[in-house]
Amino acid sequence: MEMDDVAVRGARYAQRRVADWFAEVGRITLMLGDAARAFVPALRSYWLIVDQMGAIGVGSMWLVTVVSLFTGGVAAVQAAYQFSSVVPLKFIGSVIMRSVIIELGPVLTALVVGGRVGASIAAELGTMKVTEQIDALRAMAINPTRYLVVPRLFACIVMLPVVTIYANAIAVFGGFLVAITTIGVSPHIYITGIKQYFFIKDLVSGLLKAMVFGGIIGTMGSYHGFATEGGAEGVGKATTYAVVASCVLVLITDYLLAHVLFRIIFAS
Amino acid sequence: MIQIRGLSKRLGKKQVLDGLDLEIPTGETWVIIGRSGTGKSVLLKHIVGLMKPDQGSIQIDGEDVATMDEAEINEVRKRFGMLFQGAALFDSLNVGDNVGLALREHRVMPEDKIRERVAERLDWVGLSGSEKQRPSDLSGGMRKRVGLARAIAMDPQFILYDEPTTGLDPITADVIDQLIRAMQKRMRVTSVVVTHDLASAYKIGDRIAMLHDGKVVFQGTPDETKTTKNPLVRQFIEGSSEGPIEV
Repeated sequence: MEMDDVAVRGARYAQRRVADWFAEVGRITLMLGDAARAFVPALRSYWLIVDQMGAIGVGSMWLVTVVSLFTGGVAAVQAAYQFSSVVPLKFIGSVIMRSVIIELGPVLTALVVGGRVGASIAAELGTMKVTEQIDALRAMAINPTRYLVVPRLFACIVMLPVVTIYANAIAVFGGFLVAITTIGVSPHIYITGIKQYFFIKDLVSGLLKAMVFGGIIGTMGSYHGFATEGGAEGVGKATTYAVVASCVLVLITDYLLAHVLFRIIFAS
Repeated sequence: MIQIRGLSKRLGKKQVLDGLDLEIPTGETWVIIGRSGTGKSVLLKHIVGLMKPDQGSIQIDGEDVATMDEAEINEVRKRFGMLFQGAALFDSLNVGDNVGLALREHRVMPEDKIRERVAERLDWVGLSGSEKQRPSDLSGGMRKRVGLARAIAMDPQFILYDEPTTGLDPITADVIDQLIRAMQKRMRVTSVVVTHDLASAYKIGDRIAMLHDGKVVFQGTPDETKTTKNPLVRQFIEGSSEGPIEV
């Protein structure tokens, strides 16, 4: 009898959680629908978009520089270790470059920028929500989706690939520095490796991923910001949810996109 | 005229508004009093369509806000100004841009006229030349005044005030009361003021309505309010914890 009770309660709980999850996906979809409809009107206030692009791009420069430099460096050290007496070191440049532009650049940039930008979007919009600034916008007949969400979302989608290109360059350079100083590969060999094995489809697929990741970061930041309830504690929670959700979704989407891009579209 | 009939709203487990009726004639200032949590702010949010009622109608000059879609409500909202409890100034914008935001977004006039209008409205609230200040640098009373300047920027026909004097010292509160009075004379607007500050209610209200358990339980002029025998109102104005209102 007691076991049944536990089972019934457990089932109800699971049912509620699943229903909540679907409701959340529904609300996110509705928000994206609103954003799509508000996109063209939002372009009129282009300066709002430019501001956000600056905040995301310029604001992330130092962080991305440091992260990418060390990522490239680690890639060089690890590649040299794994190559030892199996693969000739002349391939080190190409391996670093390809793993950076396909995978490390877009994903690490998305995780780092997602943490920084996703958190700041959620915290800003969340604070606006709890201090009635979003109600104030609506009361002035200004659509908050057009005024707040579209500029942030659009700026994330545009700027993530831009920041990723920069991150790629810095990471390949970091790998170069480590390779020539501590591994003993000549600059000429490193660069030849890069040139020989550079495929445009690698770069394109990496940047496509970055756009999708940008969309995820902007969506999670905006959604959790707008969903904020209950003062400072609510803002803290919204920020945490936004960062965690972006990071998890970025990694899951990365896997799905890897399948679509490299096993279907660019399979040959 | 604002005409509210049978307005009901449940939030979570609480029936906040329960068949509320209220009729505010054009050009009058009505003060809604009542304890915290009796749905005064919720009532204001229904009037500008920030919340949708579960039941009932809210007619603004004969048009029912409750049944409108967002685009239609936005047209109604342009005739409203609203002063929020914490002023709700946009901290990413300076004072001048806060006041001019709706004018710019709705492109009601050219930029030089907007600047003139912003300067004029800031002057009305006694804050001439403060355009470049940041909201975070202002005191509570100044924030409310900027909020008021923003609320009246679009020349509204209706102004809604959510607790305009709460959290202000008595002297600053009086400054805000005087401003509200001045706006009534200058702009001949219909105003709804939500407050639990009785001193302010007596000063600014043409009529006072008391909200209790989601309904209007009393309405009358300030003098009638002071002398009424209604036990709910008596308890409220005497500030007593004993009486028909459960604490």
